[in-house]
Amino acid sequence: MTNKNVTRRGVLKSGAVAGSGLALPTIFTASSAAAFTNEPTGSSVTLGFNVPQTGPYAEEGNDELLAQQLAVEHLNGEGDGGCLNTFSSKALKGNGILGKKVEFVTGDTQTKSDAARASAKSMIEKDGAIMINGGSSSGVAVAVQGLCQEAGVIFMAGLTHANDTTGKDKKANGFRHFFNAYMSGAALAPVLAAEMGKERRAYHLTADYNWGWTQEESIVASTEALGWETVNTVKTPLASTDFSSYIAPVLNSGADVLVLNHYGGNMVNSLTNAIQFGLLDKVANGKDFKIVVPLYSELMAAGAGENIKGVLGSMNWNWQLQDEGTKAFVKSFGEKYGKPPSNSAQTCYAQVLLYADAVERAGTFNPCGVVEALEDFEFDGLGNGPTWYRGADHQCFKDVLVVRGNENPTNAYDTLEIVEITPRAQVEYDPEHPMFAGGELGKCNPGA
Amino acid sequence: MDAILLQILNGLDKGSAYALIALGLTLIFGTLGVVNFAHGALFMIGAFCAVTLQKLLNLSFETLDETQKDFLGNPLKVETPYVEYWFGPEVGATIIDWSVPLAILFAIPVMLLVGYVMERGLIKHFYKRPHADQILVTFGLAIVLQEIVKYFFGANPIQTPPPDALSGSVDLGIMVGFDPNAIIYPIWRLVYFGFAVGIIGAVFSFLQFTTFGMVVRAGMADRETVGLLGINIDRRFTIMFGIAAAVAGLAGVMYGPLNPPNYHMGMDFLVLSFVVVVVGGMGSLPGAVLAGFLLGILESFASTTWATTTIPGINQIIIYLVAIIVLLTRPRGLMGRKGVMEE
Repeated sequence: MTNKNVTRRGVLKSGAVAGSGLALPTIFTASSAAAFTNEPTGSSVTLGFNVPQTGPYAEEGNDELLAQQLAVEHLNGEGDGGCLNTFSSKALKGNGILGKKVEFVTGDTQTKSDAARASAKSMIEKDGAIMINGGSSSGVAVAVQGLCQEAGVIFMAGLTHANDTTGKDKKANGFRHFFNAYMSGAALAPVLAAEMGKERRAYHLTADYNWGWTQEESIVASTEALGWETVNTVKTPLASTDFSSYIAPVLNSGADVLVLNHYGGNMVNSLTNAIQFGLLDKVANGKDFKIVVPLYSELMAAGAGENIKGVLGSMNWNWQLQDEGTKAFVKSFGEKYGKPPSNSAQTCYAQVLLYADAVERAGTFNPCGVVEALEDFEFDGLGNGPTWYRGADHQCFKDVLVVRGNENPTNAYDTLEIVEITPRAQVEYDPEHPMFAGGELGKCNPGA
Repeated sequence: MDAILLQILNGLDKGSAYALIALGLTLIFGTLGVVNFAHGALFMIGAFCAVTLQKLLNLSFETLDETQKDFLGNPLKVETPYVEYWFGPEVGATIIDWSVPLAILFAIPVMLLVGYVMERGLIKHFYKRPHADQILVTFGLAIVLQEIVKYFFGANPIQTPPPDALSGSVDLGIMVGFDPNAIIYPIWRLVYFGFAVGIIGAVFSFLQFTTFGMVVRAGMADRETVGLLGINIDRRFTIMFGIAAAVAGLAGVMYGPLNPPNYHMGMDFLVLSFVVVVVGGMGSLPGAVLAGFLLGILESFASTTWATTTIPGINQIIIYLVAIIVLLTRPRGLMGRKGVMEE
């Protein structure tokens, strides 16, 4: 007996279901023959470097790309080997990764979450990238991390400083080597207390997006724990180019410290405006007025020029460190490119090496093997001293730098001087700390 | 009261940039009928004229200092600018220090030339095309120009500081009887406002009191009749395009010390300046200036803590909110003329 109840509506429904199944992106329907997404089958393996090549952070992205290319050279046994000579793990032999030559493709994040996801997706689907690395924004990092989790590839974050990246938005396939806003606050607080005293009144200008909010929360918490009072916290639109209307009221607010929770162009302009208004020349509450920029980068310091002189902030890493890992990387990068690397370049270089090393130790490119190898991995020799990749949230813990705008720079590169190397123990926190609460790491996704 | 005065000063300062860019936009629209989305790029090119001159004045020769080391441990290369070598350290340093004001002289011919080439090379081919085509081609041109600047100067902002004598701030409050520190204001921002007023005055005087200006005004009112009188109005309008480019460029040169120039700065001002033109009234030069200062002041007040806590986000929408209110009550803008963009 044949079923004659074939209706037009039924055919359409079936067609729609079948059509949508066929239309599913290939990353969600990996070949059944592969054990995991983009399993390398030939003699090479492809890494995806997703950095801002256009937009306001293009210079930072360019520096990251230089470091990533250097890392690939070192992994393939070219050049002087850089940190392969100082890295405490000796799994990397300079013969690629698991004997496969390392190749790379690049994508342009444009420092926009949607563009960054699109470029990462393209590198995974079209180019067969097995790991995505780079970036210069927390919004981008969280977006790409989510994509990599869905796609079943590893994400080794670049510069991302918001607590959420390894807080409420953490993912099993994502790892952050860079420090975060909480660590900036923990490292800065003792130095601020020593240099400015414990009775200060702070006024915060904060970029009005996720990173700004978490940094403000972290710095307010750590300075109030010192005994400082927070006079005001003012959110400034991310698209702001002139901050004079926000800075003009600061002197009459009763504050004697201005904290600029800004990054990139926002920071360069707000600091320039604050100097124009002569804040650093003023006395408030009987004390010299001070400015703090909690997150510094070398490229921002160059943009801010002489305005950063004497201004305190924090960094993940600086080329002036004297440990063997730093010296090897700076020599290698400096001889090749004629300038010292930035801290965003260093974090990308370290991340590429850490990924490759984890694959070697795991003996597989399978993301779940890589995750297992990286979780609670302790190492040294990549800069910042002994470092721990915590398994609970995939956040790296290492020494953090407190820096100050150099009063007497001798060249274009020593615009910042290291004030203190804050020991790792001082910036550690519980994985369940309220600033990092919410979200689940989940399980690793191999994709197939 | 002191807080209000401070925000008015800030507003006049922001308004100066808006007014100068909007003035140029209106000049071009009023004469050539072109909606020039590349005008922000002209502002940016002006700022980079200052960057270029600063770099030229800082051209240096290198000597090795064996007593100091660079980051790789090699002897440090010490750079000495040629101007300091030629004119002596003090005179050379003073010339470099005054590079931004000197850049005005450098920028005027450069911007006139850029405007002339832009108009003759590209925009004249779009006079008879719809406004949408003009917007697309000039917007595309703006992107090309900013990418060229990025290629040569990078994406990072570049400091162009004011001369030492004009940096720092003054206590205006004391001068008018307020407590010390009540109204502290940067000197260069006052210079910028004064400069903007001077340029606006010069443009209006040029149009009002010269024969050339009279012909241009007549051409703006009735291009066909002026042409029938045997006057080559197209040539004069091309020159006005160059003047409008120079006005935008000079606004950019002097803006550099306020906020370091970057390749994207033109785009940051472009949309706001168009809103200023629309609020002021399409084709109205006094309207553009009035709306520029008005919106600058309102934007400044909307950024105060009181305003942002009363209406969260008001600082981001104030200009557009005012534009909506003005256009609902005065559809031609504050000083718009009947017939402009109404055919």
